[in-house]
Amino acid sequence: MSLSHFSAAVLFALFASIVFGITQRNTSRDQIRYGLYCFAMFVGGVFVAGWAMWILRH
Amino acid sequence: MANSSVRKKEIAPGEMQVARQPVTAMSVLAPAIGWLIPGAGHLLQKRWIRGFLLMASIAIMFVLGLQMQGRVYKPNGGDILDILGFIGDIGAGSLYIVTRAMDWGQGAIAHATADYGTKFLIVAGLLNFISAADAYHIAIGKKP
Repeated sequence: MSLSHFSAAVLFALFASIVFGITQRNTSRDQIRYGLYCFAMFVGGVFVAGWAMWILRH
Repeated sequence: MANSSVRKKEIAPGEMQVARQPVTAMSVLAPAIGWLIPGAGHLLQKRWIRGFLLMASIAIMFVLGLQMQGRVYKPNGGDILDILGFIGDIGAGSLYIVTRAMDWGQGAIAHATADYGTKFLIVAGLLNFISAADAYHIAIGKKP
């Protein structure tokens, strides 16, 4: 199996966020909110790091 | 003053107050089974949705790591990163044991995607450690 860097990062973010959400919060509502927050942070971090590397290269 | 009459328990210097949790069968079984089979610690305590979500997430992550031809670390006493890689991998419990028994996975990284796979394998194990700790917290009543 060959995934692109981006698709691998999104899959990583998805599964890690599910586990973080379930384990780090108590109520169902908080778990969903925290899971979504982690996912957004992971994927947002990918974009920020991508642009930072692009700026460094140019 | 009225407040001055309230007696407070004094703690001697160096004395630590430790809230001891009673050791129950569930508080031992849940994390142990949860480590061996990802999500099973939650299923054992009837947290069905959480258990199946954890099981699916960790198992899929581990299988994706194998499919990407990630490196499976073996017990070693060499480089510190290899030792840490092994600790991460073994967190996946039975997934790691079956992988080693069936001789799946790669011993060395051949291309860039395989490096992602190696990270998927390690992180799946580390997430399972967190999951097992969460099962323990449920068992001792610290978490609903």
